[in-house]
Amino acid sequence: MTEQGQRTRSVLRAAVTLAAAAAVYELLARSGYFAAALLPTIPAIVRALIAMLADGTMIQHAAFTMYRVMFGFGLAIAVGIPLGILMARFQRVEGFFLPLVSALMPIPSFALVPLFMLWFGIGNLTTILIVFYAATFPMVFNTWSGVRSVNPWWLRAAGAMGADEQKLFWKVIIPGASPFIITGMRQAFLRAWIAVVGAEMIAASDWGLGWVIFDAKEFLNADIMLASLVVIGGIGFAFERLVFGSIERATVQRWGMVRMAKG
Amino acid sequence: MQDAVTTIAVGGAPDRPQARERLRVVVRNVFPFIVVGAIWEIVALAGVFPRRLFPTLEEVAASFIRLTAAGILPHHALETVIRLLSGFALAALIGVTIGVLMGRSRRAEDICLPLVSICAPIPGLAYAPLFLLWFGLGNISAVLLVGFVSAFPILFNSWTGVKAVKEIWVRSAQSMGADDRRLFSHVILPGALPYILTGLRLGLAQAWRILVAVEMLAAVPWGLGWLIFGAREFLNTDTMLAGIAVIGAIGLGLEKLVFQKIENYTVVRWGMITS
Repeated sequence: MTEQGQRTRSVLRAAVTLAAAAAVYELLARSGYFAAALLPTIPAIVRALIAMLADGTMIQHAAFTMYRVMFGFGLAIAVGIPLGILMARFQRVEGFFLPLVSALMPIPSFALVPLFMLWFGIGNLTTILIVFYAATFPMVFNTWSGVRSVNPWWLRAAGAMGADEQKLFWKVIIPGASPFIITGMRQAFLRAWIAVVGAEMIAASDWGLGWVIFDAKEFLNADIMLASLVVIGGIGFAFERLVFGSIERATVQRWGMVRMAKG
Repeated sequence: MQDAVTTIAVGGAPDRPQARERLRVVVRNVFPFIVVGAIWEIVALAGVFPRRLFPTLEEVAASFIRLTAAGILPHHALETVIRLLSGFALAALIGVTIGVLMGRSRRAEDICLPLVSICAPIPGLAYAPLFLLWFGLGNISAVLLVGFVSAFPILFNSWTGVKAVKEIWVRSAQSMGADDRRLFSHVILPGALPYILTGLRLGLAQAWRILVAVEMLAAVPWGLGWLIFGAREFLNTDTMLAGIAVIGAIGLGLEKLVFQKIENYTVVRWGMITS
């Protein structure tokens, strides 16, 4: 049994599993044990998805969600990376912020949603701030540990070769910490993606993928819910694989840092 | 006030620089909170925001004490913790079982992996309305959802852990005549344990994050998430902040008291990782 043969068999088995799962679901949906409104058939879900894509509502919902995620995520990067670097480089900053960060981190972002709704009303601002809160901590933590874990020999070697502070920072510290920073961005995006769906459900506005799902519940539109779930899963998956995968290839792997990051 | 504390402590133990050192650490850790608390207090007293929405710390503390004394806050917290633990127990059972199976048998891996990798990247809360439709409002939905969502990190880590057990350990155990059961309980399980524990830790953190939101959506009768959400209707910001503080404290306690202890007892003692 060659490696190639084993792989083909794995793919085959995976396909069989998926087909079997779909068939079981379809049977359950058609058997009539459950109300059709609660357990729509797969063609009904696909039809709902196509209809929403065709009239543009799904795209608009997705666009609103993306806007909120990217805004909050961008803010988290803009605050998290400098704060993490400062914490790692200056003892004073670390002494001040580390206790605060450790105390705030265990508070789930959703716990703040009702509070933020009172303070900032319903809509974009609340959602963006929740995303920002959820994404900042992984960003700060990973940047902090990344900068701290830069090999001190590199710093000394660069210093001995006459690098000034600025060069040291841009040419040694930032590339050295980059595997951690990129891991932080990955985690932060994952958190942000979870937070935006929850925040949209609770702090209901008029648009957004989380809101669609929650709103569809009111009208028992399980087909729309499942169609939106597919879109949410698809976007999350695409970001994880395509965006962060290619960032990693373009920076860390090209600089040959990945092995160090794993060890 | 800080000075007074310092003199008392030093007077009590004049010959011990350790005590002084420890006190300095405490002071250094408390200092940022004093600064932030002072800023909060100034903003609240200055009346930039309506007092109702931005209460002073005394008001938050007062409502915390009032709610604790009346037994309301402990009741909410207890229900939340019970829900968390039952959901997490479900997740641990399912996650470790499927994960270990997937790590040991190629067939189980081929069958489960496609389903798991489709369901895992969808944020857990997105399933919430679906679960509410299927299982109704209330406890069953909440516990099932928490269990379902937090099973994924446990499953992935158990799977990786079992796969990461060194081939040479398995072979040497086999050549020394270990049967399947002994191989499992003496080699594979201890070998995979660091990963499984990491998975359990991630799963618990995930369960905790999700649970708070689920309680808001599932309209359970008691629970900290519900307390916060309900308080919004009456603009009881002080109650909300007291609830958030309890949530943070429970989260911190879970991490520090439960998991670090377990890790010290098992993995570190077996010499799998150095702490």
